[in-house]
Amino acid sequence: MNGLSFNIQVLFSGLAVGSIYALVSLGLVLIIRTTNVVNFAQGDFAMLGAYAMLTMFSVLRLPYFLSILLALVVMGIFGIAFNYGVYYPLRNRSYLPVLISTLGAAIFMQNTILALFGPQPAPLAKVFSSQGIEIGGVFLDSQYLVILGVTAAAVAFQYFLFEHTLLGKKLQATSQDKDMARLVGIRTAWMIAITFIYSAMLGGLAGILVGPILFVSTGMAGVIALKAFSSTVIGGFGDVTGAIVGGLLLGVVESFGAAYISVPYKDAFGFLLLFVFLLVRPQGIFGERIAEKA
Amino acid sequence: MTPHGGASVSAFARLRSRIPAPVVPVLLALLVLPFVPFVHVLSSYALNIFMQASTFAVAVLGLAVVLGYTGQMNLAQAAFFGIGAYAVGLGTVAWGLSFWTALVVGVIASSAFGCVVGLTTIRLGGRYLAMITIACQQMFDFVMLNWVEFSRGPDGIAGIPRPSLFGHVLADDREYLLLCAVVLYAVIFALWWLPDTRLGRDMKAVRENELAAEVTGVHTLRVKVIAFTLSAALAGVGGAFYAAGFAYISPDNFNFARSIEFLTMALLGGSQSPFGAGIGTVLLILLPEWLRFLKQIYLAAYGLSVILIMVFMPEGIWGLLCAAWQRIAKPQRASAVEVPRLALDIATSDPAPILRVQDLKMHFGGLKAVDGVDLQVSRGTVHALIGPNGSGKTTTLNVLNGIYKPTSGRIFIESEDVTALAPHDRAARGVGRTFQNIRLFPALSALENVMVGAQRRNNPIRAGDAALRERALSALDFVGLLDQAGTEVKNLPYGHRRLVEIARALAGHPKLLFLDEPAAGLNLTEKGELVVLLRRLRAAHGLTIFLIEHDMKLIESVADRITVINFGKKIAEGTPAEVLRHPEVIAAYLGEPAHAAA
Repeated sequence: MNGLSFNIQVLFSGLAVGSIYALVSLGLVLIIRTTNVVNFAQGDFAMLGAYAMLTMFSVLRLPYFLSILLALVVMGIFGIAFNYGVYYPLRNRSYLPVLISTLGAAIFMQNTILALFGPQPAPLAKVFSSQGIEIGGVFLDSQYLVILGVTAAAVAFQYFLFEHTLLGKKLQATSQDKDMARLVGIRTAWMIAITFIYSAMLGGLAGILVGPILFVSTGMAGVIALKAFSSTVIGGFGDVTGAIVGGLLLGVVESFGAAYISVPYKDAFGFLLLFVFLLVRPQGIFGERIAEKA
Repeated sequence: MTPHGGASVSAFARLRSRIPAPVVPVLLALLVLPFVPFVHVLSSYALNIFMQASTFAVAVLGLAVVLGYTGQMNLAQAAFFGIGAYAVGLGTVAWGLSFWTALVVGVIASSAFGCVVGLTTIRLGGRYLAMITIACQQMFDFVMLNWVEFSRGPDGIAGIPRPSLFGHVLADDREYLLLCAVVLYAVIFALWWLPDTRLGRDMKAVRENELAAEVTGVHTLRVKVIAFTLSAALAGVGGAFYAAGFAYISPDNFNFARSIEFLTMALLGGSQSPFGAGIGTVLLILLPEWLRFLKQIYLAAYGLSVILIMVFMPEGIWGLLCAAWQRIAKPQRASAVEVPRLALDIATSDPAPILRVQDLKMHFGGLKAVDGVDLQVSRGTVHALIGPNGSGKTTTLNVLNGIYKPTSGRIFIESEDVTALAPHDRAARGVGRTFQNIRLFPALSALENVMVGAQRRNNPIRAGDAALRERALSALDFVGLLDQAGTEVKNLPYGHRRLVEIARALAGHPKLLFLDEPAAGLNLTEKGELVVLLRRLRAAHGLTIFLIEHDMKLIESVADRITVINFGKKIAEGTPAEVLRHPEVIAAYLGEPAHAAA
């Protein structure tokens, strides 16, 4: 394999893994924008999605695409439960109690799943049975292609939703000024619930997509959450474009770090990138520094 | 600590006054507890649980400092705990140090890391801190697991010896437990004392409202760094005793899950009190023993209880106990104390203007909030800054205060260029401030709020807590709220909160007092009282007041000079009579006559 195709190969897998980070951090950012809450259970949404998929497909033996659909529905319902159980009772308090409450939710979810499914990581089938295709010495894994395609579609869908529908406008209004939105007749509590539903589904989708690569385990929640946080900080706190770019960048940096320096220290490159951003440009790539109003 | 006997007697009296009578037997029981194993045989399993509880509790007390007192998130406490533990583990087993030397090394190392984390709050606060500390925690985990040559990796370190004291090795679990208890009780006592010290009040002020704390004169960055350092040092101490107690450590004793456990302990018990932190630790260590029957779902139940604690017991168990105690205990009416008159005069005859602003610009991207303002405020005057909504008044004040760094221009206070100084440094030079949307420290009493104002650097009062208290009481008396000194300000009505904020600024004996719309939200009677108050302030020799206000009547009755700005530029300046007749001012407020005609 020559140098160029090797690099393209590494870039390709970096972008695919980065897409997963982007999907999870997109959900994270949407919640930050509407509720000002950093959801520490966002990685658990992905884990839960993967387990929902596992239940539908491997346990109940439903057809693959029906399983995906049902798993996403389950995640949507879970999003409502999360909104009313974890966020809603604490909505009028400072960010700290809510943050801790989401941490509690993360512990609860991981250990409930652990009690139900056991600690053994479970395999999940890929979308296509074909391993992938090879173009000019570059092997394109079929699941990675699916991930890239679905992420692109999800981003396009979200753009359409937020910029070209009334619901999207209401969601944006709610995230920008809750009181004003309420005054013009938007049911903000419901908009926030929709945000949680949508975020849970995005997270679940990421889990379903990454399941065949990582193996499905409760441990995946923590790993994914951490990457999503990093992507969010790198891209710009609370910035939608930033979440996507940050996720992709993180995936690519990890991929090249693993290829050229050391595989076991792959995660350390992510941290390094995170620390560099925190120290040099804490507002991230797209974020603006907003001074507190006196 | 205090050189003269009188102070130590009053310290003892203070100690007694702070302990409610029913608590005394509980405290005595706790003091006796560590001696129980010597007379009553306990299983080594039970002794282990106590050892775990006492060492964990020290780390959880560290969290009380940083999270409970100072309000800063820390999700890396297990890593700091681990640094102390590894220092003792590696120190005694691999490097041949004594336990005590290794303990010192561990505490220095964990404090140093805590200090660095605290320093990151220069640029990043709040939610970022959660991420930074998680990243630190994961880094620690990562290094300890993978840097096998240094840490011995996942296998951990075995055979850590017990320390010796005066040549006697504490191999007996009971003796070692006694040592742990002594350390724990000493830490609890120190942290119980802390909130009523200068540093403790600074910490609480940072927790309650960081911006207001900074403007009131608290060096907020330093306070946060101290809090993190202290918290990490305590975790290091706990970890060191943990390592020597259990003789074996490995990285999974100090991972993220353990950090969450420490956090839950602090929250469950009540992170704002050392007793709460202690109770939380003991409960959460005993809970798995009691919930054995849950086995599989114990951790799930634990996660659920974290949510329930946040929803139903935001102040933790200790908070509930205190609330219950306050309901049954008789409310202590403040005895009528004689407080001296509030001294407000500024002894100076320097004729130079106290505040001089040169070509001040503050742009936010394309928005020119302040665009080239020149200003001179003469000493001892009341100078009003007026202008329509959105004309840049509050932004101007924020720049003068140091909350914003101006895009360009210079600010001089008493001929000293303060443009680059932080808000707390300006407070130290005698700049006081109130806010348009009142910024107090809601959970602190009126007295404590005002004491934070009194303890600004260079405040010309005697040293010591008594002087601070006296100054604060005088300031409360000046605004007529002496009888509310003990009330938490969140329970005060709106008008009173405005007055507490003014008292907080006055307690710092300001030369230059910024008031941002002091009359906003006040009813007619309260406005009348405010005018009286402002006149009394005016009478103070040498005190300069610079205020923003919309109420023209109020301005006419107190202001010596008025500056009018619109769209970030000065459009008029002069005496009230001159300015209020100025055509441009009338146009700015009432619209152009041409518009009216059309």
